Amino acid sequence: MKKGTPSQGWFASGAPWVWLNAAAVAVSIIMVAGLLLLIAVRGMGHFWPKDVVEFTLPDQQRLLGEIHDSERVSLERLRHAGLEFEAADADDRRDWLTRYLVKTGNRDLTGMDFRWLLETALLAQRRPATVVTVERREWGNFYGYLDALLRDGEVVARGESAWAPLQARLEQSLALHARIRAIEKKEIGALNAEVERLRLRQRRLELEGAYTPARQRELAAQRAALESRYAVLQRQLETLYAELNRDTVVLKTADGHALSLPLAKVVRVYRPNAMGLGEKLRFYFAKLWEFVSDEPREANTEGGIFPAIFGTVMMVILMSIFVTPFGVVAAIYLREYARQGLLTRLIRIAVNNLASVPSIVYGVFGLGFFVYFLGGNIDRLFFPEALPAPTLGTPGILWASLTLALLTVPVVIVATEEGLSRIPRAIREGSLALGATKAETLWRTVLPMASPAIMTGLILAIARAAGEVAPLMLVGVVKLAPSLPVDGNFPYLHLERKFMHLGFHIYDVGFQSPNVEAARPLVYATALLLVLVIVVLNLTAIHIRNRLREKYRSLEQ
Amino acid sequence: MMSETATRRLRGRLLRDFLARLGVGLGGIGVILAIVLIFVYLLSVVLPLFKPPHMAAVAAYPSPAGHPSALATAQTLYLALEEQLEIALRFSSDGTVTFFRPDDGSVLERRRVVPEGTARVTSFAVGEAGSGAGGFLGAYGLADGRAVVFGVRFEVSYPEDVRVITPLLGYPLGEVFVTVDPEGRPLQRLAIQGGGEEEPTTLAAVVGEASGIVAARFVPEASFLGDGLTWEVYHGSHALGTQAADFLLLDKMQRLLYVADEAGALTVLEVDDEAGLAVRQRLALLDDGATLTALIFLAGDISLLAGDSRGRIHQWFPVRDAHNRSLLTRIRGFELAGGEAVRLLAAERHRRGFLAAGASGEAVLFHATAERELLRARVADQALELVTLAPRANALLAQDAGGELHFWRIENEHPEISWSALWQKVWYESYPEPDHVWQSTSASNDFEPKFSLTPLTFGTLKAAFYAMLFAIPLGIMGAIYTAYFMAPRMRGLVKPSIEIMEALPTVILGFLAGLWLAPLLEANLAGLFALLLLVPPGVLLFAWGWQRLPLPWRRRIPEGWDAALLIPVLLGVGALAWACGPPVEKLFFGGDLPGWLSHELGMGFDQRNALVVGLAMGFAVIPTIFSLAEDAIFSVPRHLRNGSLALGATQWQTLTRVVLLTASPGIFAAIMIGFGRAVGETMIVLMATGNTPVMDFSIFQGMRTLSANIAVEMPESEVGSTHYRVLFLAALVLFLFTFLFNTLGEVVRQRLRRRYSNL
Repeated sequence: MKKGTPSQGWFASGAPWVWLNAAAVAVSIIMVAGLLLLIAVRGMGHFWPKDVVEFTLPDQQRLLGEIHDSERVSLERLRHAGLEFEAADADDRRDWLTRYLVKTGNRDLTGMDFRWLLETALLAQRRPATVVTVERREWGNFYGYLDALLRDGEVVARGESAWAPLQARLEQSLALHARIRAIEKKEIGALNAEVERLRLRQRRLELEGAYTPARQRELAAQRAALESRYAVLQRQLETLYAELNRDTVVLKTADGHALSLPLAKVVRVYRPNAMGLGEKLRFYFAKLWEFVSDEPREANTEGGIFPAIFGTVMMVILMSIFVTPFGVVAAIYLREYARQGLLTRLIRIAVNNLASVPSIVYGVFGLGFFVYFLGGNIDRLFFPEALPAPTLGTPGILWASLTLALLTVPVVIVATEEGLSRIPRAIREGSLALGATKAETLWRTVLPMASPAIMTGLILAIARAAGEVAPLMLVGVVKLAPSLPVDGNFPYLHLERKFMHLGFHIYDVGFQSPNVEAARPLVYATALLLVLVIVVLNLTAIHIRNRLREKYRSLEQ
Repeated sequence: MMSETATRRLRGRLLRDFLARLGVGLGGIGVILAIVLIFVYLLSVVLPLFKPPHMAAVAAYPSPAGHPSALATAQTLYLALEEQLEIALRFSSDGTVTFFRPDDGSVLERRRVVPEGTARVTSFAVGEAGSGAGGFLGAYGLADGRAVVFGVRFEVSYPEDVRVITPLLGYPLGEVFVTVDPEGRPLQRLAIQGGGEEEPTTLAAVVGEASGIVAARFVPEASFLGDGLTWEVYHGSHALGTQAADFLLLDKMQRLLYVADEAGALTVLEVDDEAGLAVRQRLALLDDGATLTALIFLAGDISLLAGDSRGRIHQWFPVRDAHNRSLLTRIRGFELAGGEAVRLLAAERHRRGFLAAGASGEAVLFHATAERELLRARVADQALELVTLAPRANALLAQDAGGELHFWRIENEHPEISWSALWQKVWYESYPEPDHVWQSTSASNDFEPKFSLTPLTFGTLKAAFYAMLFAIPLGIMGAIYTAYFMAPRMRGLVKPSIEIMEALPTVILGFLAGLWLAPLLEANLAGLFALLLLVPPGVLLFAWGWQRLPLPWRRRIPEGWDAALLIPVLLGVGALAWACGPPVEKLFFGGDLPGWLSHELGMGFDQRNALVVGLAMGFAVIPTIFSLAEDAIFSVPRHLRNGSLALGATQWQTLTRVVLLTASPGIFAAIMIGFGRAVGETMIVLMATGNTPVMDFSIFQGMRTLSANIAVEMPESEVGSTHYRVLFLAALVLFLFTFLFNTLGEVVRQRLRRRYSNL
C-alpha cells in the first residue's frame, strides 16, 4: 500500500470537512451571541449620562455635544462624498481620518441634533464641569451653561449659584406638571367620555324616533351639569398653569447665545461632567425607570415606552384568552376523539404548515375578515348611532389579538398534541378500566398530566405573538395611541381602541421617525427589552419541556 | 342491582361524557374550519377580480325631442350621463339640450344653448371633465366662424337628507359667442379643451371646405381692478394642404392636435401658448387600404384609438425614441368579431377601457392595457349611431339608427386585471417599451395603476435566494456537526441557543440590518469580502496546526468540543480580516469600494441591498434549517452508523455515504421549509431594503417583496378596489406558495420518519 504524506492522509480522512462543519456551528453561535451582546450593550448604554465635550472649531466657534460614535474614513471616500480638503490637510499624508458623530442638541437654535466632525476640523476639546444638559419637553436636549434663574421675571440667582435653587424649583414644577396631566387626562378625559356617551345616546334616540321633548330636557340637564363640572376643572387648570409658568431659566450656549426657557418645558437638568459614579448610577436607574414607566415624548424619540409595553402585554393576554381553549380543544379532538387516519394526518400537516404561513397573510385576513367584514357588520347592528365613525369596524386591539390567536393556534395545537401523545396508554387504560368515562379520564388524568405541555405551547405562542409585527401593522397598531385600552372610564376595557406595541415601536421609531439618529439609542433599548422578554419566555418553555420529558421517561419505565 | 341514585349518577356521567365529546368535536372541527376559512376568505376577496363583467338592459325609449320651437328633425349630436345616473343629456343640432331621466326617458327640462336666430350649427365638441360629478365643457360650432362654449355642472345637495342633483348650464368664457375663425368661415369640425374659469381654454376647428385648421386660445387674466376676469385671446392657423380633415382631436393638456382623414393619414400639430400651430409628426394610421372610421382618445388623452373599416381598432401613443423625440407608435390592436367595420368608439372616463360598436347594433367592451375583450352584448337591433359611457363606466346610453335610446347598466369592476397584466410585460403609456411595472398609486388623477406582480415575485425570490445562499451552508453544516460529531453536553447547550435565535422577533433583525448592518457594510464592504475569503482557510490552517500538536495537548480538549475551540480562532481571523478591509480597499479600489463598483463596473450600489437582506434573513432562516436538518441527521438509526464504522469506514465516510444519504430527504425538507420562511418574511425585507420594485438580480441592489408590499400598501388601499383585491391576491399567492413548500417538506419528513421506524 502506498502511503502519502501525512497531510494528504489528513485531507483524505475528511477531518478538514469536520472542522469546517464545526466552524459553521461556531459562526452561528458567534452570531447569536454577538447579536444579543450588541443589543444589550447599545440598549443598556442609552441611559448612562454621557459627558459633554466642548469642541473648538477652526473659526473659533465653540460647540457643545456628546460624542455618540466615531469612525475611521478614507480620505478618498470623503472626497467622493464631495468634501474638499485644503492642501494642509492633504499634505498630512494621512489616508484615514477619524470623524465623530456628535449630538449637539439645541435643535431650536441650529436646526439639527447631530453633526459629523472631522478630527482635522477640531482645535481643542475640553470637558468643563459646569456644562448643563437640559432635557426638554420640546426640541430635544439643550447643552449649555446656566446663566440665571428667574421667577415672575425677577432674577432669583445668577450663574453657578443658581444650580441649587434651580433643582428645587424644577422639582416643584414637575409636581405641578404631573398634577396638570392628571387633571387633563383623568378628570377631563372622564368628562369627555360622558359627553360622548350623551351624544351617542341622543343619536340613538333620534334613530329610534324616541327623542321626545322630555328626553331632550333630561339630556340637556345632564349636559349642563357636565359643563359646569368642566368649568370648575378649567379654572383649577388655569391657576395651576399660572403657577407653573412663573419660573424661567436662562441658559447660554457655548457661543454665548442666551436662551430663556420656561421651567414648565424642562424635564431634567444635570451636569454630566461633574457627576460622580454614584450620581451617575442613580441617574442611570432613574432614566431606566422613566423608560419603562413613562409616556413617550417628542414623536416617540424620547421619554418612555410604557404605553407600548402595556399594549403588548394587553394584546398578549387577550390573545391567550382566545388561543388556549381553542388550541387545547382542537388538540384533544385530533388526538383523543378523531379517528386516526388519512384525514387526521392531513389535518396535522395542515396545522403544522399554518405555523409557517407568512404572518402578513394573517394580517391581510384579519383586516379583511375581522375588521371590515365582522367589525363592519357588528357596527351596523349594534352601534348604528356612532356611524359613520366606526366602532369595531376599524383596526383595534380586539381584532389584533384575534388575528394573533389565529396565527399562534397551530403552536398550541402542536405542543398540546405532543404532550398528549407522550402520556402512556397505560394511564388512560387504567382510568377507563376503573370505570371512568372518557371525559372523566381526560379531565382528571390526561389533562393535568398534559398541562405542562399546554403551558409550553402557550408560552411559545406568547413569545411568537409578542415579537410579531407585520400582521399588527394592518389590524390595530398605531405609532401613538391617545389612550390606553384600559382606563377609568366605563366600560374600563376598550377593546375597540388602537394600541401601541413594542415591536412596532421599533419599526416606527427606527424607520419612520423624522429624527432617526436621535431615536436610535431608544430603539436599541426597546429592542433589548423585547429580546429579554422573548428569550426569557422561550427559555421557560424549553425548561418546562425538558422537565416534562424527564417525567414521562420515568413514567414509561 | 344498581340503586336509583347510582343509575341517575351514571346517566349524568354519561351525559357529561356525551356533552364533552360533542363540545370537543365541535370545538376541534371549528378550529380546523377556521383555518380553512383563511383560505376561503382570501379566495372570496380575490375572485371578483376574475369575475366576467356583466351588462343588462334597463330601458329603451324614443329619443326625447328637442326644443318644441325647433325643427322636429333635429339630430342628436351628443349624449351624456351624470355620475349618479339620475340625469341624462341630449344635445341636438338645433342648439338645445334636453335633460331627461335615463331610466324611462321622461324629459326633465329643455334649454337652449345656442340662442335662437343665430347662424346654423355646423359642428359640436366636448372636452374633458371640468369639475367632478360628471361635469364637462362643450362647444357648438357655427357657420359664421364663431362658437358657443358652454359648461355643464351637476350640483349635489342634501335637503332633508335626500340627495338632489341639479344640472347647471353656463358659459364659462363669460360670453355666449366666441370667435374661433377670425375670417368667419364655417367651423366644419370642432375640438375643445379647457379648465373652466382659471385655466386657459383652447378651441380648434376645421374651417371652410376642409382647407385649414384654426385654433383659438382663451387665457384668463385677473383684471387690474381685481373685480373679474378678462380673457386674453390668441388665434393661430395652419393649412393642411392636400390632406382632408375628417377627424379632429385636441388633448386635454391643450398641447397636441390630431387631424386625420378617412384614409388614415394623421398629422400631429403642436399648439403653443399663443395658439400657434406647428407640425410635429405625420404618419399613416392604417397601412393596408382600410378606411378610418373612428378616432378617439383613451382616458388621459395620451393614447389614440383608431377604428377602421375592417373591424380593427389600433392603439397608438407617443413613445420616446433614441433621439428623445416623442413619436406616435402603434402599440396594440383589437378586433371586432367577423371583421365588421367599426362604427363607433367610446372611451371610459377614468380607466383605459373603451367600447366599440359595429353596424349590427352589438357593443363590445375592451380594456386597452389589459388587452382584453371583456364583454359583448347586442344593445339594439339596428346599428348604433351614438354611444356614451357613464362617468363611472357603470352604464351606457346609446342611440340606434331608428332614433331609439337604449340605457344599459354595466357591471365591470376590475377590467384592468388579466393574466397578462399581472404577470407579463405590458406596454404602458409613457413607457419606452413593454415592461413589468408595479406602481399602484400616484398623485395624478389620470394615473393608470400598474399591477404587475412579476417584479414583486422576483424581489421575493431574489431576497429568499440570497438568504438561502447564506443560510444553507451554515445551517446544514452546523446541523451535520451538531448531530454527528458534537459532544452531547455541548449539543445540549448549542441546540437551544440556536432555537432561541429562531424566536427572535424579525423586527429586531430588520432594525439591526437596516440601521446597523447596512451602513456598516457600506463602509466595510472590502472587510466583508476579506472575511469570506479568509475564514475557511484560516479554520483549515488552524485545524492542520492542531493536528500536529502533541497528543497530550490535544487530549486536553475532549472530543466533540472542536466548535468551542474554534470560537476564539474565528473571532481572531474575523478581526484580522476586518482589519484587512480598509487597506485592501485603499490599495485596489481607491479607498471607496461602493464608489468603485458604480464608477468602474457600473453596478449601482444601494445602501440597503440584497446583501444586507441576505445576511439578516439568512440569520432568521438558519435556525429553521439547522433545527430540522439536525433532527433528521440525529435520528438516523444508530445501528446503520455502527455497522458502517464496524466495516472499517472512517467517521467522515460513514457520514457522507451512510448518514447523510439516509437523512437527505430530511435535509431537503429543512431547506424547503426554510425557503418557505424566507419567502414570507416581512419585517426584515421591509426594513433592510429600499422597497423599490426593480427587476435587477444584482446583490448590491434592493428589491420589493410581495410581503413588504402588502405591509406598505394595504393600510392605504380602499376596501373593495382593484388595488385591495390585488393585494389580497398577493397574500393568496404567498399563502399558496409557502403552503406548497411546507407541505412538500412536511410530507417528506413524515415519510422519512416512517422509514426510520422501519429500519
